[in-house]
Amino acid sequence: MTALTPILTRAWDRADSFTLRSYEDRGGYRALRTALGMDPGALVEAVKDSGLRGRGGAGFPTGMKWGFIPQGDGKPHYLVVNADESEPGTCKDVPLMMADPHLLVEGSIITAYAIRSHLAFIYVRGEVLHVIRRVQQAVAEAYEAGYLGTDILGSGYDLELVVHCGAGAYICGEETALLDSLEGYRGQPRLKPPFPAIAGLYGGPTVINNVESIASVPSIVANGADWFAGMGTEKSKGFGIFSLSGHVTRPGQYEAPLGITLRELLDMAGGVRAGHRLKFWTPGGSSTPILTDEHLDVPLDFESVGAAGSMLGTRALQIFDETTCVVRAVLRWSEFYAHESCGKCTPCREGTYWYKLMLARLEKGNGTEEDLDTLLDMSDNILGRAFCALGDGATSPVTSSIQYFRDEYIRHFDSGGCPFDPAASTVWAGPRDGQGAT
Amino acid sequence: MAFDADVAERLARDAKEIIARYPRPRSALLPLLHLVQAEEGHVSRDGVEFCAAQLGITPAQVEGVVTFYTMYKQHPIGEYSVGVCTNTLCAVLGGDQIWQELSDHLGVGADEPTDDGKVSIERIECNAACDYAPVMTVNWEFFDNMTPEKAKRLVDDLRAGEAVAPTRGATSVCTWKQASRVLAGFPDGRAHEGVQAGPESLRGLDLARERGWTDAAADGGAEENR
Repeated sequence: MTALTPILTRAWDRADSFTLRSYEDRGGYRALRTALGMDPGALVEAVKDSGLRGRGGAGFPTGMKWGFIPQGDGKPHYLVVNADESEPGTCKDVPLMMADPHLLVEGSIITAYAIRSHLAFIYVRGEVLHVIRRVQQAVAEAYEAGYLGTDILGSGYDLELVVHCGAGAYICGEETALLDSLEGYRGQPRLKPPFPAIAGLYGGPTVINNVESIASVPSIVANGADWFAGMGTEKSKGFGIFSLSGHVTRPGQYEAPLGITLRELLDMAGGVRAGHRLKFWTPGGSSTPILTDEHLDVPLDFESVGAAGSMLGTRALQIFDETTCVVRAVLRWSEFYAHESCGKCTPCREGTYWYKLMLARLEKGNGTEEDLDTLLDMSDNILGRAFCALGDGATSPVTSSIQYFRDEYIRHFDSGGCPFDPAASTVWAGPRDGQGAT
Repeated sequence: MAFDADVAERLARDAKEIIARYPRPRSALLPLLHLVQAEEGHVSRDGVEFCAAQLGITPAQVEGVVTFYTMYKQHPIGEYSVGVCTNTLCAVLGGDQIWQELSDHLGVGADEPTDDGKVSIERIECNAACDYAPVMTVNWEFFDNMTPEKAKRLVDDLRAGEAVAPTRGATSVCTWKQASRVLAGFPDGRAHEGVQAGPESLRGLDLARERGWTDAAADGGAEENR
């Protein structure tokens, strides 16, 4: 049985965990001192050696991303922390920033130093007021303590760190849309290449990393690349926060080595809510194709989830039991993608719009099997045909639900309506940790 | 018409401070819009023109940005903006029912303020708190594990002027305008209030402690090596 590995989450149960004092008490900012004594290039190598891969969903090797930043080019380099957590189901960065914002600040300083940047931004979504307060305070405390500003800890290294709040747009979690947003424009993705490492913020070399990736950096510096690489699987090294939500007895955050299975996690979380069974789940947010109870033993690492036909994504494990109508779920996700499509690329803008209309009709039972073929055909015309991955993500619930639950769509058509009772899926319909009726 | 001279002068001072954070002024547009929203509760034509003037861009360029982002309101809303997550997971777990009962209870639709101007409601997308579903927000503070009854009591309390405490947030909710000012980058000194984490956030950590897993290289090692 795989054991949990609380590393990023280990101080979350201390009442004052978000303060500088608490962070320093448990060894905080010592990794920064170590890092400032190292050559920036050696830090990049250490993170490469650790095998850390981006925790924001795509899983690109973090050290390699840093290594793409040209050195000695005389241009300003930028670090942008992507704290725009908004992929449906994803809820790890927000509690991390609320409970332990200094971990993110320390990671940001080390990362900026490694890529020779003197100006960094934390782009945090605007809809999380208290998280913003905590991050603002942590940055202010770090300035006061001399961890930010000029000549940090006497090293001669200077860094300014700006907390920048978004204004409500899922697309801004996409790195190039985030850059446009940070430059004061509508958040629309850019064509790549050039990649941000060459032409990012203000056209300068830029690293964009997810909160959890950055927060993992201090532990790698403190404990070494081998320590990190000693956890996880061969190609998916280290640990990550797995977020269980939905029809599960004890939903919450479970930090574990990559490669743990849903069966193990569900066991720790008390299983699917009492009296019910697993129907479908997302491994890493709504943009990752749904899986079913056939996939309980798939190791949750990048390769294995990929081989099972989905993606590890952000380890956002949304659990739905047999009371849930898959057509309703897919319709709502499609409404979300249609709402959040930035409108730049026609296949995504029009495709998500028509998904929404078609699925609303199918959910009411007014459809035929031919409509399912149309949906799949539309999906072929969206997937891979837009600037960014939003359109790709929108196809995931549609195609995977038809793959696993074609019969359920047909039941809607045969019965001329939705055969499910939405009341049965609510928290108050069934027992869950003493809540609701039993 | 534009802002009154004293308001314009005060906001211009704030705007200058915001613009100074960035290498290029235009980057200040999002926080500037939060700033004018903090003044008026929404982004008015005056607000748009103010932002345009600070940055030397056209009002049309500002409008293009305002209309892109859902947090900017283009008409007055309630003093307390109440969000109900109706993205898939929350909706299935009860968010749809909460939304229905709440809008019936208040007799208003999305972003329409109640007659007293106190409350407006909004269907929100995933707010990164799925382990606390169904989730609601008030002025972007978390109200976790909601039910239709709790939701109705919440808006009644807000309208009655009772102090209302988020589940994970400050000890009481601030107004929409106050929240917008924090988003513009002017802290309100309330970061120390409230819990560091809710129970769901701690589920894995609690279990690890219970089973003695925290003594692994992961935790102990990190402590020692640091």
